[in-house]
Order: sequence, then C-alpha cells, then structure tokens
Amino acid sequence: MAAKPGFGKTASLRILERMLVIRRFEESLVEMSGEKLFKSHYHLYIGQEATAAAVVESLRPDDKLTTTHRNHGHVLARGAEPGRAYAEILGRATGLNGGRGGTLHMSDPDRGFLATSSVVGGCIGLALGGAYAQQRRGKGGVSVAFFGDGSLEEGISFESMNIAALWKLPAVFICENNGAGATGSSKGGFPSSLISAPRLAGIAESLAISSKQVDGRDVDAVHAAVSAGVARCRSGKGPVFVECITERWEGSKPMWPELSTGITDVCMAWDAGQVPAKFRDWHTHQDPILLFVRKLLRKKLVTRDAIVKVDREVRARDATARQFAVSSPMPHGKTALQRVFA
Amino acid sequence: MRKITYSQAFVEGLDYCMRKMRNFSLVGNEVMGLGPHRVHLERIWKTYPDRVRFPPTSEAAFSALAAGAAMSGEHVFCHLGAASFSFLSMTSIANEAATAHYASGGKIKVPVVFHMLHGLRIGGGTQHSVSPQAMYWNVPGLQIVLPSCARDAKGLVATAGLSENPTVMFTHDLLIGLEGEVPEKDYEIPFGKADIKRRGKDVTLVATSWMVQVSLDAAKILADEGIDVEVVDPRTLVPFDKKTLIASVAKTGRLVVADETHLSCGVTAEISAIVAEEAFQYLKAPILRVARPDVPTPFSRPLEDFITPTKEKIADAVRRVMRKP
Repeated sequence: MAAKPGFGKTASLRILERMLVIRRFEESLVEMSGEKLFKSHYHLYIGQEATAAAVVESLRPDDKLTTTHRNHGHVLARGAEPGRAYAEILGRATGLNGGRGGTLHMSDPDRGFLATSSVVGGCIGLALGGAYAQQRRGKGGVSVAFFGDGSLEEGISFESMNIAALWKLPAVFICENNGAGATGSSKGGFPSSLISAPRLAGIAESLAISSKQVDGRDVDAVHAAVSAGVARCRSGKGPVFVECITERWEGSKPMWPELSTGITDVCMAWDAGQVPAKFRDWHTHQDPILLFVRKLLRKKLVTRDAIVKVDREVRARDATARQFAVSSPMPHGKTALQRVFA
Repeated sequence: MRKITYSQAFVEGLDYCMRKMRNFSLVGNEVMGLGPHRVHLERIWKTYPDRVRFPPTSEAAFSALAAGAAMSGEHVFCHLGAASFSFLSMTSIANEAATAHYASGGKIKVPVVFHMLHGLRIGGGTQHSVSPQAMYWNVPGLQIVLPSCARDAKGLVATAGLSENPTVMFTHDLLIGLEGEVPEKDYEIPFGKADIKRRGKDVTLVATSWMVQVSLDAAKILADEGIDVEVVDPRTLVPFDKKTLIASVAKTGRLVVADETHLSCGVTAEISAIVAEEAFQYLKAPILRVARPDVPTPFSRPLEDFITPTKEKIADAVRRVMRKP
C-alpha cells in the first residue's frame, strides 16, 4: 500500500474507532483495577493509540506481530475481542490465553501475534524469527515488533537488528519512544530509558537499516512512514525502523497507573471550555485521539455527530465486553498442570 | 551392521528432517564442533544451501530468531556451540521458547531444537566444559535430550527435529568421533523411553550422554569381579522414563547414578530423589552418586582429572553399594 496524504471518510472512522476501542478499554481497566478485579501490575497504552491504529492499517492478515508488557493497544488494534482481552487480564478461563498470560503476556495468535514477551527486548528477537519465517515462506509477509525506547538498552535489540540487516529480513521495528517527559525511577516514577545515542533511529541507521523518526501522536505521519517501510520490506529490501515519538502520558508516569487526566470526552476536541486547566497541554497538544478528531473536523471529513456516535457505540460495546469478562468463570486450579507441552 | 561415527549419524538425522519437512532449517555454525568431524556437515550445507544460515556471534538473538520462527510455523534446528554460550541465549530459551505454549493458553507451538556441546572434554577449562542440563531441567516446557552413541544420535535428532515442542539437545564433545553400529534406514527414537544399554542383575547404574560409555567401561571391570551391572540410559531427561528406572531398581535393589552435572541439584540428585520417593522399598543399600564436584572446571590435567567422573570412580561406587570395598 503506497503512502498517501490522508485517509478518506471510511478509513478515518475505522481508525478513530480503533483508537477509541483501546482508550475506552484502558479507562475501564483502571476502574477494574481499582475495584480489585485483578491484582497484578499493568501498563497502559494511553497516549500512544495513534501508533498502533496506524501501523495495523498497513498490515495484511498473514503478517506477524510481537509486542511487550504494554500490549493492550497492539492486540486490540489488530482486532482482538475486547471481552476476551479483559477476561485474560482478569485471569478468567475465557481469556484470549485462558488466563495463562495475563496483562503481561496477552497475545492473540489467531491475528498473527507470536508469544508476548515481558522481558525488555524479548519481542525484538522473536519478531526477528517471524521475519525469518516470512522470508522463508516467500509470500511478501512482514514481521512487526512493537517495543519501547527502553528495549534499545538491551543487547538483543542490537543483535537482532544486525541479523535482520545482514540477512535482509522483512522486519518492521516500531520503536515507540514514550520516554519524553517521563520522570524516571530516581524521582519515584516509572523508569525511562537511559541511552547514550542522541537519536534512537540513529542506532538503526548505524546498521544500515532504513530509518524514520515520526510524531507518534500523528496517525497520518505514522501511517506514511510505516506503509512506506512495510512496502520496502515486502519487496525484499530488508528491515526498517520507525521511531514513533510520544510524550509520556501523565497517568503512566507513576509506578502504578492512574487515570490522572480523567475519562476522555471527545467533545473536548471542539469545545475548549470542557478542557480542564490542570492538563491543558495533554488535552490540547498530546492526546492523539483529540488531535485526530480535530484534524478530521478541520478537513470536514466527518461531523461532530458522527464522532459522538462512534464513541457511543464503542462505549456500549466496551460495557458488554467488560460484563462478559467479569461474569466469566475462573479456571480450575488443577488445569495449571496442563499444556506445558503441545 | 555398518559402523559410522556419532557425527555422521547425527548428520543423517538432520538430513532426514530436511527431507521430511520443507519448513525445517538449520541456524548455527559448526554443529559437530571445530574438530575434524565438522566436515560431515558439508553434506547438509551443499544439499540444502537455502535452508542453512550461519549467524553472527549473537546467541541471544539467533536463538530468539529460532524460537520466533518456530512460533511462526517453521521447524528450526539451532546450534549454539559450547553449552556455556547457551547462557547468552538463556532468555530466548527459558523466557521465550519454554513458556510460549503455556502462556498462550496452548495456542502457540514452538518446534525448535537448541543443540549444544557439553562436558569435560580435556582442557576445556571454565568456559568450554559446562554441562547445564540440570539447569535446563529446572525450566518447565523444555524437552531435554542426551544421545549417548551414534545409533541414538540419529534417531533422537530425527525425533527432536520433528517434535512440536522446544527441545534442548546435548552432544558430549568426546562422543563426536565415537563409532557405532547405525542402521542405514531412517528411524525415530521416541522420547521418554529409556534404553538398557547393558543388562545386569546386581546394581542399576544410571547415566546419560558420554557417561553411558564410561559406565559401560566400568561395568566391564566389575564383570571381571563378579558384579553384574545394569546400565540404564534415560536418553531424555524430559520426558523422563521413571518406569524403566524403577523396574530396574526393583530387580537389582541397588542404585548408582553417574553424571557430569554438578553434584548439588544436578541430574544425579533428581534421579536419586525419584528412586528414594518412589522405589525406596526395593533398595538394599543407600543410593550413591558420582558427579562433578561443585567447583568451576580447572584447565590443568591433574586438576581436571580429579573432578571428572571416571570408570574407576564409578566402579568404586558400585563396589560400595555392593558392600565390597
């Protein structure tokens, strides 16, 4: 698929819906955590939805994907059932992985995902394997790795990019650099990356990998870079690296996620009066959903009513999905001994 | 029957996998080490040039590549070199390959073989002599395979290559050039089926890999002394054939376990525990173990000899369980 300046109405609404599905899912998840429906630590994708929503737009059903501990957005963007995703995080038998994976290892193999690694950098090595398999198959499939800036601290990321470049493997390295503005563990926040390189894309460039740096909040920018990169991969020219830069969302700065900016109100996209003063920068300049909505309105591609309608439908489906998970049974303890081997 | 080396038999097993599965490929350098037997791999390189890749020295990444490719429908045989180097791959083997099937709720299969060279090989020193099979035995989700002779190598490579599960396979450096009778035809040896390498009635002697050969030598010495030793080779630690082991102990009433893994939490410890828990009633004497002491491996020959389980040390342990010092 060639890069194009922007999406038409149908595609725009599809992408908006995808972003809202992720946002509503995670807003609900914070509430469910507060209700003690699950007790594990978890990581949110809020603020990065434009990246996943745009990347999957360039992919085919037979493409492979890997993701990390911050996987909800990627798995949902690719079309996983939210109810089964909630159930997985709640450890229910009906979860995408029967409750074996939880939030850290949620994966949807039916949609091309390999196992989800929560070891930083692990997904990059597995995606390398996906790319090797795609090259062997020779059908033009690609393998996408979604990872954060912190992954580039790990040796396996360098090793994997080196092999991908040497063997011209169709690997699409999507580095979601959400480190900007992170407070870091020294100030009691979640760790941000510690990397000497001034530009992360420069690391890939040093291995002669075609690299781009884009605004990760901008659907069109991500899509343009990724669709061009994917096309390059499909034609056998080797791996690509796209660094998608986003500001660290306020709620992901503390060690434990907080819904600090509140439940998203799509009306804030056009009604500045609704925007609370406390997080004005987030609602005005950072939130990729509000940014996308404003762009669609500016281009007159969709109406406010259409946007409100999409959101209403997404929220209704979210409520149903949530209910499905909460009312799903827990697995029997003794089944822990099953499925060690195929 | 014709006699060929372990390395030749091993390569025949690989060739069988190549012929049997279009999606089988080899990632790794020098599968049979750097010695003269490395040449046997050329047959694979030349016959299947597009199915062999020589990776850079990046163990973590190319073992992850093998695991990820396996998750994507390939069968990959991944060679890591000396087992010490597999520690660089530990995250890809233990965190990724071993857990993917389980954590995905059974949706993902990981048909990958991680092959490595292990053992006291004379002069290997601290970083080319390790036998980490017990460490891998502590990673649920991995099959563990240890051929002890040419015939087993061919059939176990075939089974490992075809398996849908991640497998860690160990070749002892000293086995590579060992000759043995090997059928010409293709065959697979099922996992979880121990092989009684020598039948006997007095003592059960359990060993794997190169230690099977050493144990057979010990059994010869002991036969001259009138002690009839049964040598049991589990062949795979995971799955483990408890049935054959316990049946042998029930017959002999005595157990010696010989292995190159370290004494503490090593292979000898687990096998002894199985018999102590499940076959205690048959034992006429305490279980004895001959293992590598809990020290790193020294280079100098007398030092290395001191820590090596030898036929003499094994024979001595057998005499002690027979109460014939």
